[in-house]
Amino acid sequence: MAMLELVGLRKSFGTTEVLRQIDLSLTSGEMLVIVGASGCGKSTLLRMVAGLETPSAGRILLEGRDITSVDPSARDIAMVFQNYALYPHMTVFDNMAYGLRIRGLSREDIARRVDVAASLLGLSELLGRKPRQLSGGQRQRVAMGRAIVREPKLFLFDEPLSNLDATLRVRTRAEIRRLQRRLGVTSLYVTHDQVEAMTLGDRLLVLHQGRPAQLATPMEVFDHPADTYVAGFIGAPAMNFLPAILTESGSAAKLEAGPLLRFIDGRRDRPEGTALTIGVRPEHIRIDPEGVPLRIDLVEPLGSETLVHGRLAALGEAAVVLRLGGRAPEGDILTVAFPPAEIHVFDAETGLRLS
Amino acid sequence: MNPRRDPVAHAVLLLGAILFVVPLWLVLVGSTQDSAAIARGDLSVLPGHEGFSAYSRVLAGPVPRMLVISLGMALAIAIGKIIISVLSAFAVVFFRFPGRQLAFWLIFITLMLPVEVRIIPTYSVMSDLGLINTFTGLWLPLIASATATLLFRQVFVAIPDELVEAARMDGAGPLRFLWDIVLPVSGANIAALFVILFIYGWNQYLWPLLVATNPRLDTIVIGIVKMIAVETETDWSAVMATAMLALLPPVVVVVLMQRWFVTGLTEGEK
Repeated sequence: MAMLELVGLRKSFGTTEVLRQIDLSLTSGEMLVIVGASGCGKSTLLRMVAGLETPSAGRILLEGRDITSVDPSARDIAMVFQNYALYPHMTVFDNMAYGLRIRGLSREDIARRVDVAASLLGLSELLGRKPRQLSGGQRQRVAMGRAIVREPKLFLFDEPLSNLDATLRVRTRAEIRRLQRRLGVTSLYVTHDQVEAMTLGDRLLVLHQGRPAQLATPMEVFDHPADTYVAGFIGAPAMNFLPAILTESGSAAKLEAGPLLRFIDGRRDRPEGTALTIGVRPEHIRIDPEGVPLRIDLVEPLGSETLVHGRLAALGEAAVVLRLGGRAPEGDILTVAFPPAEIHVFDAETGLRLS
Repeated sequence: MNPRRDPVAHAVLLLGAILFVVPLWLVLVGSTQDSAAIARGDLSVLPGHEGFSAYSRVLAGPVPRMLVISLGMALAIAIGKIIISVLSAFAVVFFRFPGRQLAFWLIFITLMLPVEVRIIPTYSVMSDLGLINTFTGLWLPLIASATATLLFRQVFVAIPDELVEAARMDGAGPLRFLWDIVLPVSGANIAALFVILFIYGWNQYLWPLLVATNPRLDTIVIGIVKMIAVETETDWSAVMATAMLALLPPVVVVVLMQRWFVTGLTEGEK
């Protein structure tokens, strides 16, 4: 049975449509990550589920109960805010206990729940401190603790890692994932960071200008992006795009002045001469003596790998990034090839994937 | 340049301090001198021979009652103003209701009307309510405050939206939110405003003069003026002793609240 269901959810502010038609269903224990650039409507979506915004149309169901117009506090949903939103004048204990006190739990119950959550998060020593005496990572954990003690049906995360430094972010990311698995709470997680999206989500919802661009598992999104937006958004460095046209009655793409790329996964059902966008990920471009010449203009050594930025003179100076294992090659010119098995074919006009 | 070593800054500071202290000093030494000598204009800058006899003289009279009346009035005004302006600022900031903007502007406009301008209609209202010559009449019309409302509005607007939302998700209703979150978070501002409003209330002159003609309701400020008004035989050392006594409560409030005010500031987040 679906834990959370969003049916035809829409939101407009005045005449601006922020979200158009979101349909979504989460199974129990699933972690769904909503990812997109800023302004794509992902936070609005989360806030509607939380009850902090009212949808313009559509319904929200939690375990089959329609909660569209239920007060946020009565939804059995807990939220971790981007800036943690800890009550500055309360101790860590009180911050976690506040919601439980309002719900009228007994003193012993509150103490027990807070203790469990605190030891789970390594906060037991800090219960008497005020938020300003805590580091960013500790505050973040208190915010998580406040959500955990509620024992909600659904967790909402609104970019909870964006205020942490890089090292801490990686560590906390893994912690959140472990915790979520262990507690088995269905979760919605909003982020603009594609690495967080890939690592945390059981499934991803990529939002683009208020529309769901793709809803699938992270690897599915990575391997078969639904359109050029998703293809460019997921994966770093971003996918390279090259203009081409469809030839050979739909079974190959002709780059402007380069090699013919024969599709190995069948014909594309479009008229010959259709303008295409060919996508190749930086790590899939191969060095090949038979390939097209690439003029190198920047090499970024990352230690375990090297990023090479260059331009393809033959293809109208198209900018291309390569990711090579090991060190950068000598010289200013590389010859590169695009393995047919690794190319993504998109309609140049609509940006949609052709398969 | 280290400002502590700057002689010009020091000189200015010193001059300012002297300008503030000299009148106080004169009043203090005046209160220990012979009334007749002061009346002749022989106000010495050194303490006189009378000691604190002027103080026992005034404390035996109506002055203690006046101090109590003033204290009651100043407290009622300060606390009343804070309650009313916290509630109205809370409504204006955290609730969306029709006419919210209008309500805000109406409050704002009353800033432009000083007490003196609306004193006649206020008097008439108080008279209709039968509050002339009552203690309630002394403070009740003075507790609405546009300035304090605006100040609290600024404080409340600065409370992050996320905090408001977190409280909503925790299940805190509006009054609970006000009591548990808003008030503790704005504690320092409330303390600061209390000091200002207490002194404002303590120094009220025109309104108490109009509304309370019964001498039993004289505030200390009015009491001092009345003592001087008896031209022929003003007991100057008593006047000065009363003035010194009238100074004490505001000083105590400032000193006490300043401590709280500073802790409030350092307790704040970031």
